[in-house]
Amino acid sequence: MGKVSRAARLYIAAVVVAAVVLIALMPPGDRDVRWWIKLGVLQLLFLICDSTPTPLASRQSAWSPSSSATLAAVVLLGPVGAALVGAISVLSLRRHLILAERLFNGAMYAVSGYAAGRAYLALGGIAGTPVPRYFPGIIWPFAAAAAAHVITNHGLLWGALRLARKERGLGDRSRLESSLTLLLASDLGYAVLGLLIAALWTVVGAFAAVLVLVPLFVARWAMGQFAEQQQAYAATMEALCQAVETKDFYTRGHSERVSRGSGMIAREIGMRPDRVDAISYAGMLHDVGKLGVPTKVLQKTGALTEEDYAAIQLHPMRGLEIVREIGFLDEALTGIMHHHERIDGKGYPMGLAADEIPEFARVIAVADAFDSMTSTRSYRQARGIREAVEELRRGSGSQFDPALVDAFIAVLDREGWRLPEPAAAPLDHQTVTAQDHDDPTAPLRVIESL
Amino acid sequence: MTARQPAERWSSWQAMDSGRLLLFAAAGMLTVAAVAHTATVHIGLAAVHVAVAFGILIALGELLRLALPGGREAAPIATAGAMAYALLLYVKELPAPGLSLPYSASALQVIAVAAIGMTIGALPHMAAGRSVGVTGMASRLVAVSCVAFIFRSLTGFHLIIDQWWLAASVMTVLLVFGCLIDAVVGALIRADDLRARFGVALWDELRVQWPLALAVGASAMIIVFATESMGLPGLAVFVAPLLVTQLAFRRYAGIRSTYLQTVRALARVTEVGGYVESGHSHRVSVLAVAVGRELGMTEPDLLDLEYAALMHDIGQLALRDPIPGGATVLVSRGDQQRIAELGADVIAKAGVLDRVAELVRCQSLPARGYDPAPPVGSRIIRAANAFDDLVGGSTDRDRRTAALERLRLDTSSEYDAGVVEALSEVAGRRRSSRL
Repeated sequence: MGKVSRAARLYIAAVVVAAVVLIALMPPGDRDVRWWIKLGVLQLLFLICDSTPTPLASRQSAWSPSSSATLAAVVLLGPVGAALVGAISVLSLRRHLILAERLFNGAMYAVSGYAAGRAYLALGGIAGTPVPRYFPGIIWPFAAAAAAHVITNHGLLWGALRLARKERGLGDRSRLESSLTLLLASDLGYAVLGLLIAALWTVVGAFAAVLVLVPLFVARWAMGQFAEQQQAYAATMEALCQAVETKDFYTRGHSERVSRGSGMIAREIGMRPDRVDAISYAGMLHDVGKLGVPTKVLQKTGALTEEDYAAIQLHPMRGLEIVREIGFLDEALTGIMHHHERIDGKGYPMGLAADEIPEFARVIAVADAFDSMTSTRSYRQARGIREAVEELRRGSGSQFDPALVDAFIAVLDREGWRLPEPAAAPLDHQTVTAQDHDDPTAPLRVIESL
Repeated sequence: MTARQPAERWSSWQAMDSGRLLLFAAAGMLTVAAVAHTATVHIGLAAVHVAVAFGILIALGELLRLALPGGREAAPIATAGAMAYALLLYVKELPAPGLSLPYSASALQVIAVAAIGMTIGALPHMAAGRSVGVTGMASRLVAVSCVAFIFRSLTGFHLIIDQWWLAASVMTVLLVFGCLIDAVVGALIRADDLRARFGVALWDELRVQWPLALAVGASAMIIVFATESMGLPGLAVFVAPLLVTQLAFRRYAGIRSTYLQTVRALARVTEVGGYVESGHSHRVSVLAVAVGRELGMTEPDLLDLEYAALMHDIGQLALRDPIPGGATVLVSRGDQQRIAELGADVIAKAGVLDRVAELVRCQSLPARGYDPAPPVGSRIIRAANAFDDLVGGSTDRDRRTAALERLRLDTSSEYDAGVVEALSEVAGRRRSSRL
């Protein structure tokens, strides 16, 4: 409890007292054994849903339809039943919750359930197992109940987040911060499921809970598989990129760091999560085509002939050739192909300028140059971050997109940068790049032939 | 080389194999009979609005098809809708509140509605130039028909209709039965298409399909029982859980195919770097998978084999200078082993492909004389790699025959005799087809 501030404690206490009072002050109605059994089943359903969230849209927002149990209870049991179903979240099986969070969650769901139940009754809904003639009459009271549940729930949660903003999360912070449409969609989903459970209860009783849970558990299983595959995918990609880099002693880890840097910039300028993922992959793969550049060109210490330079200029296209068949990479492809274009139009392979250059390519260009400057090369030691930032500033507007340079500097200030391990001297048999095509401070020297 | 005859005859004229023909004939006859019967005998549909509502649901479900791993296609919502229509007991009638009328459409009407709904749902796919997926639809229709015929003849027993738990048990049995039919038909078709063994194909089919089948079955029962209490307008609500499931599966299947595409693409870095001949990794992987299938390997094993075959030369990236022509069959045993070790280390670094790394590591070992013997996948890659190194992309018959002869001569130590036999079977087939 040490983490919770005084104001937050008061707030939680107030909500808990409200919940207890609402439940305790209800007149003892005609509740028989069947009522209590229904309550038990719905509480169990709530707990199962609550402890097995299904991550659906993005990594942050999980979809756990526990509110559906509360909303079904609104119809099947009435306000007090709904409050009791919500209150069970105190016993949530999610282990990382601290006591204050548990108490608050339980009280919050209880109050929301009660409010929903009241709204339902106020608009003429009838509490109790519905018989077919209730439908479709109870749809509107039920919609009102769902709305009341959403408003109370988010209102209370919002208050808690306001108080807890400076501390570590209380309740599901990410739920409020994810987009509004997603929030509405998931709330609509909870309501629909709740209604479905109530409707099924008419015919098959508690078996309704089982029927509804099966597709949801299958969905959860599939999402688990998805997450597993996604991790395996990222790891495999990284391993393969490292294999490509083994060809060159000094550029080890370059792909991984450019991927990280591109991701940082992308998040900073507010790209959607799926595009951030894509640009991270693009950063990882941006130099894959370098494998097509003959080793002797990479190792050359003197000035390059025009053929050599042409071979280097070709590497984005070779990279494109390799990764073109990866279906998801549509936008990433443009990033890989154009990552050596310059804002002033003097880059390669196409000589695009300013806004003609795809956004992905402009982002990767910044991260690429920065990592090149902060790593050791055969002809120089690694530069410090400050020095590299100065260099980025100098190139801003001519080589780099100024807005992206600013974004990168901002995110560097905030999050810092993990520099590569200082490179030991290469062993004899290892290939060494003599000139780095990514390094803006040491442009490639090309013999001008007439 | 006399045993090649059947394979030669195979590909050219028989664009459609007998199993598929049989399936189409069965589905077509069912459809014609059902539509004709419904249109003439009944003079129209019983309970038209119910039929139309379910027809629309089935069509929408067919529109929202789902790609599954292994190039399969499913239509969970259409299947659930059609199954539910076959199992429908009561429909709550909205104009007469409080009444849930028994639903008494004939099995043939169920089939007619399902067939028409599926066809309408397939039209947009056709218009968009995607594959129509007739095989999948036919298979689903046959499964639904079996369930409909059995259940519709049972609805005469009042005991079943009046006790929900009895009805639910019967439905569960029938839904499992329906899924099995779908899986068996799917396995037959796949076994024919890919020349896999039927037993293996059925096992693969069941393993891929069962989670989705579970969700579809539960959703079909949700629709049946909820229609009884809420009536038809709720149909949109009833499929909500299944929509969530479908969303999750779509993402899963998506990442699986991206994964495979990425490995396929990145395996080509050895070609771009000039280490191996162009197209080598791809050809070896196609050949290895075909041989593995011939030997009765299951799908997860085949996937590992495909990854390993694609990346079998990745160790060459660590070489300073490419081997001339990239043909590892011609270099010394020690170099072969070093390349295999380096490649396996690269793959093992990913931390999730340990079995693939093991296959790559053991590819350099001769088939005999080592204890424990290298895994069958490694032996396949070894033979397929040698074959492709000797033949390349060439389709010259004599060259292929000579290469196979050379491998066969080495079966006493280097190559696995069974693998080489399967390889020559596959290579013979391949020569006569377009590859």
